[in-house]
Amino acid sequence: MKFGVVVFPGSNCDRDMYDALSYELGMEVKMLWHKDKDLSDFTTDDCIVLPGGFSYGDYLRCGAIARFSPLMQSLGEFVAKGGKVLGVCNGFQILCEAGLLPGALLANANQQFICKNIHIIGEEGQVLQIPIAHGEGRYYADEATLDALEAGGQVIYRYCDAKGNITPAANPNGALRNIAGICNAERTVFGMMPHPERASSKALGNTDGQEVFKALLLNAVPA
Amino acid sequence: MEITQQVAEKLGIRPEEFEAIKGILGRTPNFTELSAYSVMWSEHCSYKNSIKWLKTLPRDGHRLLVKAGEENAGLVDIGDGDAVVFKIESHNHPSAIEPFQGAATGVGGIHRDIFTMGARPIAALNSLRFGNLKEEKTKGLMAGIVHGIGHYGNCFGVPTVGGEVYFEDCYHTNPLVNAMSVGVVKVGKTISATAAGEGNPVFIVGSATGKDGMGGAAFASADITEQSAEQLPAVQVGDPFQEKKLLEACLEIVQLGGVVGMQDMGAAGIICSTSEMSAKGGVGMRINLDKVPTRQQNMKAWELLLSESQERMLIVMEKGKEAEVLQVFEKWDLPCSQIGEVTTDGRLKFYKEGVLEADLPAESLVLGGGAPVYTREYKEPAYFQKVKSFSAGSVPIPTSLKQVAGQLVRLPGIASKKWIYHQYDSMVGTGNASTNAPSDASVVLVKGTDKALAVTTDCNSRYVFADPYTGGMIAVAEAARNIVCSGGLPLAITNCLNFGNPYDPEVYYQFVHAIKGMSAACLAFDTPVTGGNVSFYNQSPDGPVYPTPTIGMVGLLDNFSVRMTLDFKQEGDLIYLLGHGRDDLNSSEYLHKIAGVEFSPAPHFDLEEEKGLQAFILSLIRSKKVLSAHDVSEGGLAITLLEAGFPGNLGFKVKTGETSLRADGFWFGEAQSRVVVTVSKSGAAALESAAVSAGIPFEKLGEVTSGAVQVQGEEWGSISEWKHNYDTAIESYLQN
Repeated sequence: MKFGVVVFPGSNCDRDMYDALSYELGMEVKMLWHKDKDLSDFTTDDCIVLPGGFSYGDYLRCGAIARFSPLMQSLGEFVAKGGKVLGVCNGFQILCEAGLLPGALLANANQQFICKNIHIIGEEGQVLQIPIAHGEGRYYADEATLDALEAGGQVIYRYCDAKGNITPAANPNGALRNIAGICNAERTVFGMMPHPERASSKALGNTDGQEVFKALLLNAVPA
Repeated sequence: MEITQQVAEKLGIRPEEFEAIKGILGRTPNFTELSAYSVMWSEHCSYKNSIKWLKTLPRDGHRLLVKAGEENAGLVDIGDGDAVVFKIESHNHPSAIEPFQGAATGVGGIHRDIFTMGARPIAALNSLRFGNLKEEKTKGLMAGIVHGIGHYGNCFGVPTVGGEVYFEDCYHTNPLVNAMSVGVVKVGKTISATAAGEGNPVFIVGSATGKDGMGGAAFASADITEQSAEQLPAVQVGDPFQEKKLLEACLEIVQLGGVVGMQDMGAAGIICSTSEMSAKGGVGMRINLDKVPTRQQNMKAWELLLSESQERMLIVMEKGKEAEVLQVFEKWDLPCSQIGEVTTDGRLKFYKEGVLEADLPAESLVLGGGAPVYTREYKEPAYFQKVKSFSAGSVPIPTSLKQVAGQLVRLPGIASKKWIYHQYDSMVGTGNASTNAPSDASVVLVKGTDKALAVTTDCNSRYVFADPYTGGMIAVAEAARNIVCSGGLPLAITNCLNFGNPYDPEVYYQFVHAIKGMSAACLAFDTPVTGGNVSFYNQSPDGPVYPTPTIGMVGLLDNFSVRMTLDFKQEGDLIYLLGHGRDDLNSSEYLHKIAGVEFSPAPHFDLEEEKGLQAFILSLIRSKKVLSAHDVSEGGLAITLLEAGFPGNLGFKVKTGETSLRADGFWFGEAQSRVVVTVSKSGAAALESAAVSAGIPFEKLGEVTSGAVQVQGEEWGSISEWKHNYDTAIESYLQN
C-alpha cells in the first residue's frame, strides 16, 4: 500500500503527513501537486491523503474552492473505482465540500480557532489523545443523515474525555453527537478533524496517531 | 507644488534634515524624492536616535555567520552545516489602532525577514503587553491582537511555540506586539539582501501594490494621540495565504540558483528595498514603475515607492534566469514582474510613463550611509527618588501565605495564558516538542538532525523601569536561564527595544542604561546581539510605557536527548532550591499587585552569581542528575512550585529552614538566580555533593506528593484546585 499526499497551495500539514507516514510508519509516500490530474500510479490498494492547512486561503468557506482543483476531479474517479482517501482537518472539509462525505464543518461553537490536545474514541472503544487545530470543525448534518451514519457504522471517531466518556464537556467545538470523524458507506473515504500525523512521533511524546492510521487503513479488513 | 521647508516638516522632516537633502542632491528635491527621504530617514528605518547606542552592544561571536544589522536577520551556526536564522520585531503602533490587522501583519513581516534569507521558518514566538485586563479597552485589544496573530500564523503554517504576556496600566493606550520568527537553513545556502551585476534583472514578486500602509514607517515614528485613528490608512492589511505561496515560491527560486539578492518589502516598501539592496552592493537601479502590478488605478510615483502593501519581495537575479523565475511564480499563481535592472552609478532612477520621477543616490537614503545619526541628551528620571525611598519594612507580613498565593495565581500576568495560546496553532510542522513536555523555553526539533533549538522571549519591564541597567541585565539573564533549564546552551539574542519618546531625556536615560545592562549580560553569557528592532514613541498623553527591551534568545541542544522539562515527575521525588534563599520583595508581582507598591528597586541580581548558577544547572542536566528544572520568576518560589505541579497533577510538601527571612519575601519574592529542581531519593546525594563542589547554595525544601499541597506547615488543599483557579482566571476576567 502506498500513499499520495496532495499539496494545495495553502496546505501546511503536507510535510507533516509525509514525515508521519514515511519516517514513523515506514510507508511509501508520493507528494501530488494539486494542478496535476494523473493518479494512474495509484491502485485501489493505495490511499490518497488530503492534508490539513488552508488550501486556498479559505477566505470563502473552508475547502469551498479546493474542490474545483484539477486533482479533485480525478480524485472523484479514483473513489468511484474503490480507491481509498483520508482527509484530515482541511482535507475533511474539502471532502465534505466535494460531496465525497456527507455533512459540513461549521465554525467552532466558541467562534475561535482552537489548537490543543483532545481525546477521541474509536469504533473499537480505543481512547486516543490527538491534537486538534481548526476554526471550523463543528460537524453538522441533518438528523436523518446523522442517524444513517450511526446506523451504517460510519462514525469512526467521537470526542470524549480521557476515560472515554462521550460528554458535552469533552466536545471542543460543538460537533453534533460529538462527531470527530466519519467515513462513507463503502469505508473507502475517511474524514476527521483531529490530526493523527501530529501524534505519531516519540520525540513529540505522543504516538497515538499511529493507531489511527493502523485502524483505518493499514490493518483494515478489505470490505 | 513648490517644495519648501513647510512641506518637508509636514512629512516629518526636520529643518536641518531638509538642508542636508538639498546638499546631497545639489538641488531642491521634488515631492517624490522628498517622500523617499521622509520614510527612509524616519526613526523606524534609519534608527537615527538609537544607532549610536546599538553599536555598543556586543555583536561578535564565533558562531555568528553575519554581523548584526548586515542582513535581514541574524544567522548563527549550529554545527554540521546547519544554521539558525532569527529576529524579533515590533508592530506596536499599528496594533494600537487596528489590533487585528496590526498584529497579523507584524507576524507576516517577521516571517518574511526569515525566508528572504532563504531559510524556512520553523517557529514563531511573541511578546505582548496590555493594560489592565479589567478595562473593556484592554479586553478588546487583547481579543483583536490574539486573533490577528492566530489568523496569520495559523494559515501561514508556522507554529507559535512560545511567548510572554504582561498586563500593566502603562500599556493601556500603547499595547506592545513583538513577534519573533526562527528559521533553519544550510550554511552557504543563504541569500543576501544585496544587488550586483550591471544589467541584472530586478523583479517585484508577490501581492499587487495598493495604497495600504502608506507612510507606515513615519506613522510608527510619532506618539499615539487622539488623532492617531485618522492615520488608519497607515495600517497594512495582511493576506497569509499569499505569504504562504510567496514562501514556497521564494524557497523554490533559491533552489534554482542564480539569485543575486532578495529583500522583503516591509516598512517603506519599494523605496526601502531598492535603496538598501543597492547601497549594500554599491550599485544603482533603473526602475520602471509602470511595471509594478497594482491593485488600484492612478497611483502616483510617490505612492508606489512608499506603499507598504504586504507579501511582496524584491529579487535580483542573474541575467538569463528570467524565464525560470516567471515559471516558478506562475506555478504558485503569484504576480511576478521585472521592473528594472541593476546599474553601476549608485543612483536609483524611478521612471513612470517615460518621465524620470526620482533620481537619488541609494547610499544617501540608508542607515549607515547618508541617513542622519543623532546624539540625544539624557538625565536620570525624577521617579528614581520614589524607587530609592522604598523600604520593605513598610509592608506588613501577611497572616496567611495561602491567601496571598491564591490571589497571585489568579493575576492575569501569572495565570495560565491558555485562552490566548489555544488560539494559536502551536503544533503544525510537528517539531514543537514542548506540547506534551513543557520546559522553561520551548524546545523545537531541527528535522533531519538529532538537534533541537530552545527558544524564548523574556523581559520583565517593571524591573527595567525600576532600574534600567539591572533590568536590562535581568532580561538577558532570564532568557538564558530559561534556555539552560531546558537543557540548551544559549547562543545569541535578538532584541526588540520598546521605549517612549527619545526626545524625552528621562526616556532616553532608560534606553541608554538598558542597553548598557544588556551589553554586560550578553558578554557574560556569550550571547551576542544578532539584530532586532527599536520601537520608540510608545507614548501617549498619559506618559511612556515601561521601558521594555524584549529579548528573543535561541539556544542549542546538540542532541535532543539532553532536553529537560519543568514538571514534577513522581510522588516522593525530592525538591531542592538551588541558589541563595532570599526574601527580597522588590518589584515583585506580590509587592506591586497585591501590596500595591508602585515604586521599588529591581530585585536582587548579581551577574557572576547568575552565571555560576546557570553553568551548574546545565552541568546537572547534561549529566542527568535532575528530573525537572524550573526557574523562579514572576510570583516567586510558591508559583514556581505550583507550576511544576500542574502538568502531572502532583502536589508538594515544602518548608524552609531560613526562618530569619520574611516568609512573604521567601515564597513570593522575585530575587533572581534561583531554580527549583527535583531528584529521586536515590539521586539526592549526587546532587548535594555536586552543589557543594561547585559552591552553589542549596536547600532541600521537601518532596513531591500525590496531590496535596503543604507549605511551611500550612495545608493549601489539592493541586487540582490550584490548577483550576490558574487555568480559568483569564477567562473569568473576560466574562466580567
